Amino acid sequence: MSQIAFPTPEPGILARRDSILAGLAALLPKGSLITQAEECRAFETDALTAYRRAPLAVALPTSTQEVARILKYCRDAGVYVVPRGAGTSLSGGAIPQEDAVVIGLSKMSRILEINLPDRYARVEAGVTNLAISEAVMAEGFFYAPDPSSQLACTIGGNIGMNSGGAHCLKYGVTTNNILGLTLATIEGEIIELGGAHLDSGGLDWLGLMVGSEGQLGIVTEATVRLLRSAEGARPVLFGFDSAEAAGQCVAAIIGAGLIPVAMEYMDRLAIEICEGFAHAGYPLDVEAMQIIEVEGSEAEMEAQLAKITAIAKSHGVKVVRESMSAMESALIWKGRKSAFGATGRIADYICMDGTVPTSRLPEALRRTGEIVASYGLRVANVFHAGDGNMHPLVLYNVNDEAEQAKAEAAGNELLKLCVDLGGCLTGEHGVGIEKRDLMPHQFNPQDLAQQMRVRAVFDPDWRLNPAKVFPLEGRVPG
Amino acid sequence: MRQGEVATLNPASEAEAAQLVLEARAKGQKLDIAGGGSRAGLGRPPRGDARLSTAGMSGIVFYEPAEMVICAETGTALAEVEALIAQRGQMLPFEPMDHRRLYGGAGEPTIGGLVAGNISGPRRISAGAARDALIGLRLVNGRGEIVKSGGRVMKNVTGLDLVKLNCGAHGTLGLVTQATFKLLPKPECEASLVIRRLEDKRAIEALSIALGSPFGISGAAHIGAGMGREFPRTFVRVEGFRSSVDYRIAALLALLAPFGAKHALEDSESERLWRDIGDAAFLATPTDLAIWRVSVAPSKGADFIEKVGAHARAHFYDWGGGLVWLSSEASPGAAAVIRAALAPLGGHATLIRAPDELRANIDVFEPLSAPLMRIVKGVKAAFDPDGVFNSGRMYPGV
Repeated sequence: MSQIAFPTPEPGILARRDSILAGLAALLPKGSLITQAEECRAFETDALTAYRRAPLAVALPTSTQEVARILKYCRDAGVYVVPRGAGTSLSGGAIPQEDAVVIGLSKMSRILEINLPDRYARVEAGVTNLAISEAVMAEGFFYAPDPSSQLACTIGGNIGMNSGGAHCLKYGVTTNNILGLTLATIEGEIIELGGAHLDSGGLDWLGLMVGSEGQLGIVTEATVRLLRSAEGARPVLFGFDSAEAAGQCVAAIIGAGLIPVAMEYMDRLAIEICEGFAHAGYPLDVEAMQIIEVEGSEAEMEAQLAKITAIAKSHGVKVVRESMSAMESALIWKGRKSAFGATGRIADYICMDGTVPTSRLPEALRRTGEIVASYGLRVANVFHAGDGNMHPLVLYNVNDEAEQAKAEAAGNELLKLCVDLGGCLTGEHGVGIEKRDLMPHQFNPQDLAQQMRVRAVFDPDWRLNPAKVFPLEGRVPG
Repeated sequence: MRQGEVATLNPASEAEAAQLVLEARAKGQKLDIAGGGSRAGLGRPPRGDARLSTAGMSGIVFYEPAEMVICAETGTALAEVEALIAQRGQMLPFEPMDHRRLYGGAGEPTIGGLVAGNISGPRRISAGAARDALIGLRLVNGRGEIVKSGGRVMKNVTGLDLVKLNCGAHGTLGLVTQATFKLLPKPECEASLVIRRLEDKRAIEALSIALGSPFGISGAAHIGAGMGREFPRTFVRVEGFRSSVDYRIAALLALLAPFGAKHALEDSESERLWRDIGDAAFLATPTDLAIWRVSVAPSKGADFIEKVGAHARAHFYDWGGGLVWLSSEASPGAAAVIRAALAPLGGHATLIRAPDELRANIDVFEPLSAPLMRIVKGVKAAFDPDGVFNSGRMYPGV
């Protein structure tokens, strides 16, 4: 049995299914409403595959106006709504429920405007993260946040979860890279927030919307910042005999005033898994590996790498491998970026996403190993060391219910550990259903009630993505 | 000033502040939050029954140089924080503006004021605004409850981001009692390339080319004739390690040679210049003019000034043209011209300096659409149902 509870479907909604579907069909172009059970199956889950629920129907609108009309219809008809980008959420943020209509943004995937002199792109929310960078790559620009799923995940989903990526140490996460949004509210209103400019005065709606997990409305379009790529980028790979030494090396690099673009960490099991898949030439005889990337001109990169390597040597680095070519760099990153997929080839896993203060990383790693071992399971650690965002992958067998329960229990303990060390439950994947019931560990009832009161301003009846983020008990209505 | 007329409450702790808020709410009293008073001219004028001073809530809560994170109480002087972190070669990334040069020099900037106003400066274009560096806070809401949001780690998407919502809320949602910022290493040195005698549009074109280059620009401004020299000047700043700064300045001189780029300012001269730009010091006098801060797509900055026409008495551009500072007559008529000029271009104009009477009677912030105003009122009620805090500071009746 799965442990995370879903609300009991409302019989009143299920009983009205036919009339609801007819109402939706009238608002959408032909071929934009999926009602057949087999076709709905593709929308039953996301990347948290242990959980699945069949939706009432799936609407695939083609415009902001259609999204707004469907939302208003669902509000008036008293139906729940689950927004969906590409369905790559690791926290179950896009998993539907039986009495909800999924509003999928896959048909809204156009890039509407690219403005390089003003360094922004206006896109529909269903465009993939990578498509934005690819559209401006030839001119030397990129969109900075780069989650591992960037080939598939949508900018709308990124906004919902405030996605990060390996390079956000220097360039920030989604919330630092959004200039404007078009929001369709549950009332069916269309609201423009921000624009092509920085920092509107007034309340920070963009800050509130990014990371709100589809609970305040549906973002249909976004204006994102484009940045000019550095002249060059080069990773160096360090191997250490102990996790402690690797952790201290990270702190020393930052302490020296150096901000690499990325500082990634992998432990022995993660190295083995990724090397087996990507053949990136990772060292197999070390306990911990770091990928540190610097940017700039040839001379700037050399100067930075010389400083970083000197620090690593003073912390007993065992293997130093500087990339000598673009192909080698790509290979080094391929190994890291395929960590989740490669792990999925050898076992089922749940991927945790807690963050700890960087000074507590060595302790967090040690306790992670102990906790997972106490459940008789294995863990592979691969994470963003520069900002303390850990991704322990707890390996288990999804077909073994007892083992799944153990994996989830271990995962919950790991997340509580992150909070107890001064960090938080989720750095970049979002709360979703996965961490919903842990929220009271990080927030007290007053903190949560304050968040819920703000939420209720936008969605007083809790129609939007209702099973997520906040514990099912004790919700504050509008 | 009305400040002398109303009582001042001086809580010594967050818990005391929460108690005072409870009492004020029970009595139906309205409180105006007062920090160091250096930015008291922001927003609409205070109209509360009493002042709630943050002076008693001062001090560093923790500073972790290796994590580049600092947490301070709301009434802590910004200068104290900056001096402390400078000892470890660190800085607040967003280069906060000092409003005293526009407001006549009174007061002491505090941490709470930075948060309330989302106060940023020239480096915003590369390092983000105050709201981007602010990673956690605690506040007392209008129900007298202590609420926390965010934390002390840089990556955190746990729950709704009430941190950013309160950054720039001008104290209308609650009394922020503690704020946690992420920091950056202070660059080893800086230099600024200078181009002389460009027209506004041509200058913004040059800045756009610089900002679209791979050379890590951390300042991009254009100031007019009479602002330090008799001719207009365009500046592009780079910061970092010496060899890297030298390399990038040389590369930028080559890139911007068609615009007449020939030389660069170094270290202290460059620092002084960006201080003046960040503080809008060029507009400080005459003191009877209104001052506006306008955020717009960079390439539209000059169009906006053109549309404002003679109503713009003086102006300059930061953020590559995307931040227009201008002075105008302090009148509803001039304000209407400025708002009308901006409307078709898209952007946001904030009245930064004007007499109380004018700020009480016209929009200080960009006017809101009806649906958005409904949401503003709802969010205000979600934090502060009886309007205890800073009533009317941003919008009438909110």
